[in-house]
Amino acid sequence: MSTGTETRPASGDAGTTGTPLLQVKDLFKSFPVRGGGIIPRTVGQVQAVHGVSFDLAAGETLGLVGESGSGKSTTGRAILQLHKPTSGSVKFEGRELTTMHSKELQAMRRDLQIVFQDPYASLDPRWQVNDIIAEPLRIHRFGSAETIQQRINQLMEIVGLNPEHRNRYAHEFSGGQRQRIGIARALALNPKFVVLDEPVSALDVSVQAGVVNLLGELQQELNLAYLFVAHDLSVVRHLSHRVAVMYLGSLIEVGPREQIYSKPMHPYTQALLSAVPVPDPKRERERQRSRIVLTGDVPSPVNPPSGCRFRTRCWKAQDVCATEVPELKRRGDSELLSACHFAEEMHVA
Amino acid sequence: MTETIDPNEPLLRVADLTVEFPTDDGVVHAVRDLSFDLKPREVLGVVGESGSGKSVSSMAILGLLPRSARISGSISYRGQELNGLSYNEMRKFRGNSVSMIFQDPMTSLNPVFTVGAQLSEAYLEHHKVSKKAAWAKAVEALEQVGIPQPDRRAKQYPHEFSGGMRQRVVIAMAIINDPDVIIADEPTTALDVTVQAQILETLLRIRDDTNAAIIMITHDLGVVAGMVDKVQVMYAGTVVEAGTVDDVFDAPRMPYTVGLLGSNPDPSLIGQKLTPISGAPPSLVNLPTGCAFSPRCPLVAPVCHESEPDLLEIGGAVVHHSRCHRWNDLAGYEDPKKLFARKEIGAEEPLAALLIDNPEVVVEEHLADSGDKKEAAS
Repeated sequence: MSTGTETRPASGDAGTTGTPLLQVKDLFKSFPVRGGGIIPRTVGQVQAVHGVSFDLAAGETLGLVGESGSGKSTTGRAILQLHKPTSGSVKFEGRELTTMHSKELQAMRRDLQIVFQDPYASLDPRWQVNDIIAEPLRIHRFGSAETIQQRINQLMEIVGLNPEHRNRYAHEFSGGQRQRIGIARALALNPKFVVLDEPVSALDVSVQAGVVNLLGELQQELNLAYLFVAHDLSVVRHLSHRVAVMYLGSLIEVGPREQIYSKPMHPYTQALLSAVPVPDPKRERERQRSRIVLTGDVPSPVNPPSGCRFRTRCWKAQDVCATEVPELKRRGDSELLSACHFAEEMHVA
Repeated sequence: MTETIDPNEPLLRVADLTVEFPTDDGVVHAVRDLSFDLKPREVLGVVGESGSGKSVSSMAILGLLPRSARISGSISYRGQELNGLSYNEMRKFRGNSVSMIFQDPMTSLNPVFTVGAQLSEAYLEHHKVSKKAAWAKAVEALEQVGIPQPDRRAKQYPHEFSGGMRQRVVIAMAIINDPDVIIADEPTTALDVTVQAQILETLLRIRDDTNAAIIMITHDLGVVAGMVDKVQVMYAGTVVEAGTVDDVFDAPRMPYTVGLLGSNPDPSLIGQKLTPISGAPPSLVNLPTGCAFSPRCPLVAPVCHESEPDLLEIGGAVVHHSRCHRWNDLAGYEDPKKLFARKEIGAEEPLAALLIDNPEVVVEEHLADSGDKKEAAS
């Protein structure tokens, strides 16, 4: 396609060298809450991300699920340094991102990309598709105008768009096509790691499935690592190798997909899974009978409950839950890491 | 609600409902030939993608469409024709006999009035009682939808409620006048799953308490599978398949339904590709000739381009309808979802070969070796 000789291997090296592609350790991010008045003072802190740690290997997908306001998206953005983390460490291929200078970080961003949730808001309506996809290529000086044009055509073809439509504006495309433009833009520089921030939640089911398949195929072909942020547990199940469940800024359970979905240990994971309606009338009726319906809402992240953050909605809560923060560790002989004093395997239909 | 109802007599009968909007670009055929009956206590699910006419048809039933809309066909509520009534004549029915729960609880409540005031206003619209009695009724309705401390909460403003609680308030407003038919338009789309479970449970409990019938408009097939009796699948403004939820989900007889079901990630399909429908829904101004689904249909035959099929009765325990020339052929496939399978990546060559980095870009050291190997190999 181009004149270059360097080829990125499809199998990827980072996974075989032992160190994970991405290491996140004790990530914290809080936002100040400002009071009213003439001189606004900081009256509190929203603890959006509260001590999140995980590893991600090359070519792997980690699904990050949780309800709105649980800090999923903030985690994704803090990893990419789009929000500067309050504290904690993010290492990509062993290099610390949180303390990196902006010049260096910009160079790193070739490997770290993001696809945003809303394909209507994340594309500039006054730009042609050509320019949208070319922007990262131009910033990173990908090559001559001709090379860039070739690359754009190639990318559009990869994501299933007709390269002849490159001079159209974003509004001339449907939601699914726009999300494909967003994906093409993220792939432009051959990244190794992509944060998918609710990439399909704004799309209709039939269109959503096409984008989900595309993301899966791209991962296989390009050995991409994904952090798949979503609230839709069925989509996450479909794409992820491992799943992390988030509640009020903290990870409460992490582990291989099959274990999370078939034998969750944490009460919140159990409730979350049992609440998802499945499109099968017989099974769904059965599930409804054994459904765990949580009472109440997620507490405010400005003033989270002491001890275990889930205790206010938990049916297993006891005194110890209010005083002691449960550690995220293996409990019993499960493969999962669970943050619950009373973690217990439960089969969710 | 007090008079006795024959449980087999339909409360609401919609026949050949057609809604068109004349625009500068041409006539938008938003709803075409929609017919259904709704009996007391029945839950009817209406599924379809955006623009399939789900919401417009319910707005037509409530007489909430703008004047520019051309509505034909019949909407009869207990034998009384609603289509053609003026806005004011409709007020007698709206909220009282047929009420609606809107999708977004943020925008369907007024931020400057307390929740109690808004609920009692809805009650006073249809009942000649004192304000105090209406307030008491408002508190009762809040209690009915499961809001804790209803007397205190009634004095609060919508912004003091969380999303799930706000949706409960909207439901309370819809049921305060004891309607016979509740139309719920995507009532849980804006909510988290744990809250969704609470809201759906509340809705079904209200159905049991009041014997109201519910029309559940949603795009979530899971919600439909769990709570409805009958389901209608809509596409391009018309019903393409209808029947009991078991018939439609287990033995879909319209390719669109098959595609819709195959697009939903199901645990039993882990590791396999989803089978999405290719293309996009048609423009409602410029519908394709023949079957509206034909441009996206994997089973398309010449006859599909010639005429739009009727909604045919195709048997089933109750009655299963399908609008497809080839429904019988579809029955012959063991796994009809496979018809939709295709590759998403547009490029024909293997992607690895396409990924040739530009020499001007700095390339990481650890990639250099493999690059050499590749060169040596070629």
